[in-house]
Amino acid sequence: MPDEKTITLEIFRYHPESDAGPRFQSYDVPYNEDWVVLDAINWIKDTVDGTLTYRWSCRMGVCGSCGMMINDEPKLSCAVFLKEYYPNPIKVEPLVNFPVERDLVIDMDGFMEKLQSIKPYIIRDDVNDTSQGEYKQSPAELAHYKQYTMCINCMLCYSACPVVGSEPDFLGPAALALGHRYNKDSRDQGFDQRMEKMMEHEAVWGCTFVGECSVVCPKNVDPAGAIQQAKASAAQEYFKGFIMPRGAGK
Amino acid sequence: MTGKYHRPHKWNWFLSKPAYMLFMIRELTAVFIGAYLILLLIMLAKLGGGEAMFSEWLVVLRSPLWMGLHFIALVASLWHSITWFNLTPRAMPFFIGEKRLADPLVATAMGYGPWLVISLVILWGVLR
Repeated sequence: MPDEKTITLEIFRYHPESDAGPRFQSYDVPYNEDWVVLDAINWIKDTVDGTLTYRWSCRMGVCGSCGMMINDEPKLSCAVFLKEYYPNPIKVEPLVNFPVERDLVIDMDGFMEKLQSIKPYIIRDDVNDTSQGEYKQSPAELAHYKQYTMCINCMLCYSACPVVGSEPDFLGPAALALGHRYNKDSRDQGFDQRMEKMMEHEAVWGCTFVGECSVVCPKNVDPAGAIQQAKASAAQEYFKGFIMPRGAGK
Repeated sequence: MTGKYHRPHKWNWFLSKPAYMLFMIRELTAVFIGAYLILLLIMLAKLGGGEAMFSEWLVVLRSPLWMGLHFIALVASLWHSITWFNLTPRAMPFFIGEKRLADPLVATAMGYGPWLVISLVILWGVLR
């Protein structure tokens, strides 16, 4: 096959049991116009180097597992085509602002803890049993938060956010946007509980509205917008606190 | 249990991407607005010192250096105002029923519209 085209992938490698630090390894991959970067990585894993470690699952931009730095931009590797870079080489690294476990696999424990801390579920004071029917919601009420339900927890926004990089305790875009999503849900009654966490310094006030989280989001969630709206709620709560101390009405 | 690799966060991160640089410029423009407010306070103090003191101060302000600084402050304030007006709709979305109002509409109603009206009122006050 004399005219078979190839493209080079420069992949970040780190095996903690043998490597003192990370290194880059080059792979020449057959160039296929309809291949995405994940296809090329899968080809390497299947035919050249079985030790290459990375996460992926659905291959269709739904599961949020295959986020990587592709030429220094956080992207879903299943959603970016080789032809966007050909004939130039493609640099593939694990998502930045996270510790690296191995090769392209990052440690997401911190992210999961942040996500849980804002109680991303409907909280009710009264719980109806099923015989009483569902909690009703109008399409207009749904419209207020629907955009923020689209998050797939791919963590690209954490890699795009310079505040996450410099302040590792910052709750970050996805967690705050999800908190805002439940605060805006007309069926939810957990606003006060959630705001306790969201009003902390490392939460909404940590955000400086760089806005890159929203630019890289593959689902158009606009976490930056959600955080600014949550800031407005936090400021209202703060001033309300002078008139009526939190919890006094309970 | 073996170690995880932590990549360093560079102090000059804002140089790594044009979008980060634009963010830094937007934030830095606030310094010029703050500086101009201090200048206005000095102006008021000079005005309080009498007509002679104020006229003297106006002559100083007409020097090329001060004119240049005013020009920079004007450009910085315009950049600051325009970038924030454009971000307003995302921080303050408005809904009519299920429909979210278009961003340019909200930016005009919340930012550009009032800006224009207030500017015209001031202009009318000055030219009248």
